Amino acid sequence: MFKPIDSRAARQLPTVAIHIDGRAVRVAAGQPLATALLAEDALPLRYTAVSGAPRAPLCLMGVCFECLVEVDGRRNVQSCMVEVREGMQVRRLNGAPRAGGMV
Amino acid sequence: MSAYTHDLVIIGAGPAGMSAAVTARQQGLSVVVLDEQPRPGGQVYRDVTKASPAVARLLGPAYRYGNALARRYADSGAEVRPGSLVWDIAQDLTVTAQQANLSFSVRAPQLLIASGAMEHPSPLPGWTLPGVMNAGAAQIAMKTSASIPDGRAVLVGGGPLLLLVACQLLRAGGRIAGIVDTMPAGNRGAALPHLPAALGAPAMLAKGLGMLGTLWRAGVPVFRRAEDVRMEEADGSRRVGAVSFSSEGRRQRLDADVVLLHHGVVPNTQITRLLRVAHQWSDSQGCWHPAVDAWGETSLPGCRVAGDGAAIAGALAAEASGAIAALGAAVAVGRLETGKAATLAGPWRARLSRQSRIRPFLDALYRPPAWLIDCADDTLVCRCEEVTAGQVREMARLGCQGPNQTKFFSRCGMGPCQGRMCGLTVTQILARSVGRDPADVGAYRIRAPLKPVTLGSVAALAEPDRITLPPAG
Repeated sequence: MFKPIDSRAARQLPTVAIHIDGRAVRVAAGQPLATALLAEDALPLRYTAVSGAPRAPLCLMGVCFECLVEVDGRRNVQSCMVEVREGMQVRRLNGAPRAGGMV
Repeated sequence: MSAYTHDLVIIGAGPAGMSAAVTARQQGLSVVVLDEQPRPGGQVYRDVTKASPAVARLLGPAYRYGNALARRYADSGAEVRPGSLVWDIAQDLTVTAQQANLSFSVRAPQLLIASGAMEHPSPLPGWTLPGVMNAGAAQIAMKTSASIPDGRAVLVGGGPLLLLVACQLLRAGGRIAGIVDTMPAGNRGAALPHLPAALGAPAMLAKGLGMLGTLWRAGVPVFRRAEDVRMEEADGSRRVGAVSFSSEGRRQRLDADVVLLHHGVVPNTQITRLLRVAHQWSDSQGCWHPAVDAWGETSLPGCRVAGDGAAIAGALAAEASGAIAALGAAVAVGRLETGKAATLAGPWRARLSRQSRIRPFLDALYRPPAWLIDCADDTLVCRCEEVTAGQVREMARLGCQGPNQTKFFSRCGMGPCQGRMCGLTVTQILARSVGRDPADVGAYRIRAPLKPVTLGSVAALAEPDRITLPPAG
């Protein structure tokens, strides 16, 4: 859903490998996780706990809490507020956790 | 009550916070700055120290200006704690924050809150669909990751930031399928009496006209006086595919891959509400702002607010009000005498008044349309708990007197964002429904933690000496 302003310049940049629901992708280093997920078109980022509606980032500045994902086993992390790191394990969220494991 | 760790604690490293840190250090105060982001700049100068020359050029001189300020800030000698999430502030000004998932406290006789602004919510049918974002978010993507929307973007709303983002997207090679201008016809007439004062800020007016010219020359279709705006899902895609609206009596529909919403910016009052300081309602901007005196001090002694978190006036004004608040803090801790402070504040006050001249004109011209509050009953107002405008109106009919009662009825405002996204809308819908002023209806009561923190993080407070925090940036 997002693309580099200058794709030739983007190819020269250092990258890190992150895993989105187990799929390894290389993304530009030094950026928020949320913009990396937008560039990978990994939408929706989650389904709400209330109605199961699909959601994706709205504000990218830590206010809206729409970009919540699981990062390295921690749920409900604002993906716009953490930077991508080598080996980061990202899982998209599907509703609320239930007793006995994920839905 | 804990002992003082510093003379001044500053929250936020945008233009106000950075400027305050530089000024306070010049007066010899010990300063710590807590900022949520990894690098200084706030949102307006986000990543200005890191952006590539090509991106910085594209974003323009007003953005690049932040680099010099960030450099002065880095050299100021202030203790800088990037990546610090402030999650509680006590009435004695003890600030509790979390860095690297461990909580710690700092305390000073003077606290400056420079937590900036956020975009006014745009509650429109379909605004929760993936692909619908705030216009500011598109700008943040340019600043942090040199990326832009792929495909057709449609911008909805109005205001200087909307025009700026449109121009920057064009310069970056983005495709803008249209601007859906929601400013009502009456705004121009209401703005006219403020035009003479705005003419005292010719550079800003010229910049605005320049942006309109850029969009016109690029052939971007502009749909004026748009109403009944709806975001539509592309069939089965679980994301936005089009925007439909009425413009000048005709129904229109624009295909869109990304929709960018903007109805102005408002102070982010989450921290000042937590502290229960006095706030005022601004009818022209449809928002709250904390009441401050000439030195930025709130109704809570020692607690100051500067920058757009106090009143929306832009980055250059924020730099000025940050410096003025720091001078006030220096006087309060006995490092500066009052007369000297007044002299030092003089040039900053002159800048503030220059920057403020255009505000009444912009506020009137870009006042959000009343129909944004009188939205259709099926519009989601609280995105987290999925509460609609109709449900809020129903609660008002059942006797709900204020926003805190809507929490009991419906969990409205109790989701992860803790009311940040719905607070202004709920206050205004309730005010309209019960026929009272928003100032009487009030706002959500905000409590700690300001953002979720783990028990493990909180537990670190019990053994502060054992924490080894990451080195100060």
